[in-house]
Amino acid sequence: MTDPVGIPLAIVAPELDWIGLAFLLPLLAAVLCALCGALRVKSKLPAVITSIALAGAFVVVVRAYMAYTVPVQVPIFEWITFRWGPNPFESFTANCALYIDSLTLYWMLFVTGLGTLITIYASEYMEGDRGAGYSRFFFGISIFLFSMAALVMGDNLVMLYLGWEGVGLASYLLIGYNYQRPSAVAAAKKAFIMNRIGDLGLALGIFMLWANYGTLQYSELFAAMENGGQTSVDWDLSVIPFLLMLGAFGKSAQIPLFTWLPDAMEGPTPVSALIHAATMVTAGVFLIARMYPFFELHPEALATVAWIGGSTALLAATIGMAQYDIKRVFAYSTISQLGYMFLGLGVGTTFGACYHTLTHAFFKALLFLTAGAIMHGFAGQLDLRKLSGLRRLPGWRIVCWTMFIGCLWLAAFPFTAAFYSKDAILLQALSSARADFRFLGWIGLFTAALTAYYSFRVWFRVCAGPTHFEAGAEGHDEHDEHDAHDQQPAHASTSKAAAFHPHAPRWAIKGVLIILAIGALVVGVPAYKHVFGHEDNWAQQMIAHSSAYQGAGIEIASAQHADHDQHHATVLGMDAHTGLAVVGSFASIGGILLAWYLHLFSRKSADQLRAALLRRWWIRWLPKSMENKWYVDEIYHGLFRLPMWIGAQVLNFGDRHFLDGVLVDGIAKLPVALGKVFRPLYSGALQGYAVTMAGGIALVVAWATWVWMKGFN
Amino acid sequence: MNDALASGFTIAANSQISIALAISALLFVIGLVGFLCRRNMIIMFLCTELMFQGAALAMIAFSRMRMDVSGQVFVIFILTVAAAEAALALGLVVLLYRRRATLSSDAWSELGES
Repeated sequence: MTDPVGIPLAIVAPELDWIGLAFLLPLLAAVLCALCGALRVKSKLPAVITSIALAGAFVVVVRAYMAYTVPVQVPIFEWITFRWGPNPFESFTANCALYIDSLTLYWMLFVTGLGTLITIYASEYMEGDRGAGYSRFFFGISIFLFSMAALVMGDNLVMLYLGWEGVGLASYLLIGYNYQRPSAVAAAKKAFIMNRIGDLGLALGIFMLWANYGTLQYSELFAAMENGGQTSVDWDLSVIPFLLMLGAFGKSAQIPLFTWLPDAMEGPTPVSALIHAATMVTAGVFLIARMYPFFELHPEALATVAWIGGSTALLAATIGMAQYDIKRVFAYSTISQLGYMFLGLGVGTTFGACYHTLTHAFFKALLFLTAGAIMHGFAGQLDLRKLSGLRRLPGWRIVCWTMFIGCLWLAAFPFTAAFYSKDAILLQALSSARADFRFLGWIGLFTAALTAYYSFRVWFRVCAGPTHFEAGAEGHDEHDEHDAHDQQPAHASTSKAAAFHPHAPRWAIKGVLIILAIGALVVGVPAYKHVFGHEDNWAQQMIAHSSAYQGAGIEIASAQHADHDQHHATVLGMDAHTGLAVVGSFASIGGILLAWYLHLFSRKSADQLRAALLRRWWIRWLPKSMENKWYVDEIYHGLFRLPMWIGAQVLNFGDRHFLDGVLVDGIAKLPVALGKVFRPLYSGALQGYAVTMAGGIALVVAWATWVWMKGFN
Repeated sequence: MNDALASGFTIAANSQISIALAISALLFVIGLVGFLCRRNMIIMFLCTELMFQGAALAMIAFSRMRMDVSGQVFVIFILTVAAAEAALALGLVVLLYRRRATLSSDAWSELGES
């Protein structure tokens, strides 16, 4: 696949400017939604506008895909141009232009497609908020899609950064959608601030790229890269990949910046599905895939990505195993799956990473939307201990079985799409020449078993088993607004449960779930064609002809090929492909069986196991730390928030007592104190003044006389 | 001694001027002491007038000594101003008296710290 010829310089094709509609339509929708909000539209109009705009964007992308032959660069309008010298180096250009190659189209296809579906879903999910909140929600979704399209389609890193910040803003706005709830506001701030840390890295990386290559346009950057770069400053280029990957880690919730994503579940579920599972969090994967050639600037850059990805996958999976909130389980599984993608990028299979992004986008959006349907129907109940056997409830069959499909895919059950995408990553890792990559591959396999366990833990708990349920604390939005029931004390819940009727989802939710389940099946087709029909994998073709594959880790790739030829890497004595398929199947099925035993066949044994672990002092730390998310939040609190809080207190004290107390108030007190010194002179007695005056005159006269007399002598 | 000053002096004039200057100083000091010692505002005002006239007398004396009328002209002005000022000051005293029903200047010491 590695084409020795470089990436063809993109052809400038202004006649393709209609592709720009893919991000202008969501922008238009955002404006219209804002208008709807201002006019207090009570109908579902904002949802209709957004759905139509996003569907239009999807159609535009599909047409662009149909028409696609070679990478093109589509200028829309001149945006930023500075020139301060005759040298070509002494100028800065960042135009509003599109860079359309197969990677862009690949990403845009699922971003706009899923965006449309999830908007339709949200039109029903959010109907309780019709009024101002409804418009605000769809404004956020539209702004998100606009930013995401700018991020993916932009022809330079400035547009990518614009989109990068825009999706961060949309994420912030939508996590904090329920701004009356303090936890939602805290989660929104946490997400925004943690992303800022990553964005600092990205911004610095972009500055360095510009300083070193004198351009930020992808095609020129890649050309400059291949020519060895035209370094104008004597900086260490090898820091660039690390700066870029910091941005990617922030956006994609990898160690050390992953703790915001579970908290982001405070947002409405369609937001979790669209932004925090399927699309926005994959922006980091996109960034690394897009800038892949630059990750060779340091030999260990990709290895770092692989290590971070592999350890995030394992860490998040262990946390996800021990959570009781369905959405949180899925949030940690998202982090874990993103870890796989980064592992794939790091070990050199951009195809595996991007294909896993695609399959993951479908099944994870599906899982979140089923969780949302449950949350919607059971008044915010998401505790998997309080829901059971939903598949026997009337009207819930579709939700349960689409969730089953989602769980199968997440568990990478044999012959599902995710099975092949995960295999592609693990295969590359396990057949690598580097021992540490092979180790990461085994970690990935182990994590795959954990993934199968925790995904089916949810399904067996919630959808299977005896039917019983408790309603959540949120008001049932058919009857009232959220506030009314929030006030009720907890003991009322039993009586409430007796009278509670979960309302089954209607066509918009069910329809979208079915389409997504079909989509999850369909994204496996390229893999089936590859495995059974020996055709080229469509996804692999898309990735291979973009910057993501060009020069994909030249050293790593060549080493691998050499390795591949010599002893045709084996897994457990079998051919790598077959061996991995077998081991992966065992991991997946083993995890599912374990979940079946502990959470369906004998639910008591799960509690017994937990109690047994907690009884033994030498293993007690394991379930405890898993349930407490390995105390990462607490560690960050101790390392960063607490010192900053102390610093803030010190500064506050200094401000209040030194700046205000000593300087401002002190200066104000000085004239008063001076006045106190001189006030006794002004007794108010007229004669007192007269004496002083006479005495003063006498002194002056005496002095003048003395001087005069001296003059005579 | 200064020549210009010496040329204006005669023995006879010298003694007469000394007397006039002594009287003028006496008037001034009486006025000053009276002003400092009394509390009655009308008396205090009269004392300031005495100091005024002391100064005017000194001017007439020097004018005579220098054989220059401008000093005397100036004294005429001072008398005029003093007359106008007397009318104002007495009016002021009447107003002050109406406020506090006393002529003592001690009644008006609000400016100081009580």
